[in-house]
Amino acid sequence: MLTRRVIACLDVKDGRVVKGVQFVDLVDAGDPAELAARHALAGADEIVLLDITATHEGRGTLIETVRRTARRLFIPFTVGGGIRTLDDATAVFDAGADKVSVNSAALTRPELIDEIGSRFGAQAVIVAIDARRGDKSPEEAEVFVAGGRKPTGRNAVEWAREAEQRGAGEILLTSMDSDGMRNGFDCALTAAVSQAVQIPVIASGGAGSAAHFSQVFLEGKADAALAASIFHFGIADARALKEEVARADVPMRLPC
Amino acid sequence: MIAVIDYKAGNLTSVIKALRAVEAHPQVTEDPEVVRRASKIVLPGVGHFSGTAFLEQHGLKQAIAERVAEGVPLLGICVGLQWLYQGSTEAPDAPGFGFFPAMCSRFEGGGKVPHVGWNAIAVKEGSRLLASVPDGSFVYFTHSFRAPVTAETVGTTEYGGAFTAAAERDHVMGVQFHPEKSGVTGLRILRNFVEIPC
Repeated sequence: MLTRRVIACLDVKDGRVVKGVQFVDLVDAGDPAELAARHALAGADEIVLLDITATHEGRGTLIETVRRTARRLFIPFTVGGGIRTLDDATAVFDAGADKVSVNSAALTRPELIDEIGSRFGAQAVIVAIDARRGDKSPEEAEVFVAGGRKPTGRNAVEWAREAEQRGAGEILLTSMDSDGMRNGFDCALTAAVSQAVQIPVIASGGAGSAAHFSQVFLEGKADAALAASIFHFGIADARALKEEVARADVPMRLPC
Repeated sequence: MIAVIDYKAGNLTSVIKALRAVEAHPQVTEDPEVVRRASKIVLPGVGHFSGTAFLEQHGLKQAIAERVAEGVPLLGICVGLQWLYQGSTEAPDAPGFGFFPAMCSRFEGGGKVPHVGWNAIAVKEGSRLLASVPDGSFVYFTHSFRAPVTAETVGTTEYGGAFTAAAERDHVMGVQFHPEKSGVTGLRILRNFVEIPC
């Protein structure tokens, strides 16, 4: 049976892993290469590295960090942040990434999805969507860009559909309302997007316990769920988390 | 020397890194003459089945077929596995190698397509490629087309029905999943291929 994936995310700034609350107030959480290897050993199904300030500061992704992190990884490895062109994506793939995550640049120029997909395959393109809905319904969630700094006026469900049509392989959906709060994923938003597309949806933002993962897999219809801080500060390791999720009858890759 | 065929679709970095991790000496090539000197051949795989056209145009398909006829072990990965069959509905006009008598086709009904993530393989006893791989091991898949279960199938996976996760006949082998992305299980399988006597 196809298992649901638990993904460890490394938000990277200046070559170090950091974690914030609702995209701000960053604290240091360690070295990307070391943390990635540790998560993989502990049973994480994938690693995502996001260069969270790349777009904002207008510089390219940290190729050397990617290279160093990829060197010891033999599970899927996604890199995002500051990928604006096919050349940016190519450099990240050459450094050892298996997939790239595109966000701001894809909204500015959606053809970027088609370009990367036709060169490296649809499976290599993840479209990341940062969505905020406040008190509104999931269907009214709005897409934000530049690390959550700029509203776009785009509807999140509609944008997910367009990304799929353009050849995205997966959607990485972050609820900005939930991010860093550790109160659980936005299951209603995740379900709305997951049911609107055929491609896998990765839920992100709000993980605080194993029960939150079970909820987003069962109620949110997520194919994968991603978390960062939950792994970094000793709340749980991936293996313990997956064992608990498996007890809620969600198929998990066990033993790790 | 293991020749890793570069057919200009997708990225070979991960495959090369994983082969080096199991102490192999891979050489990326698009040159049929390099293939003719290789002691083993890996056809890696992302992209579209129509990539076979590149193999044909550059004389690689013929060079690979010659070497396989001479007994050189071949490992196809993902689309590389699908090329071992007669063809695929993904590109009806592009014939595969035809080592295995079947056609590949798209997943139908039920689950999301592509099939992305970690899924279990039922391992058939006696497989050289899957030697020492426990039955039910998890490996990483990402694909929309798959090969049916045939006499060559040595590893079976369920996703809207059973399909071929690994196939093998003599020295012609292939895996639908990505061994270079399947943790210790994947490295075990690559090591098995590397250690097959030439």
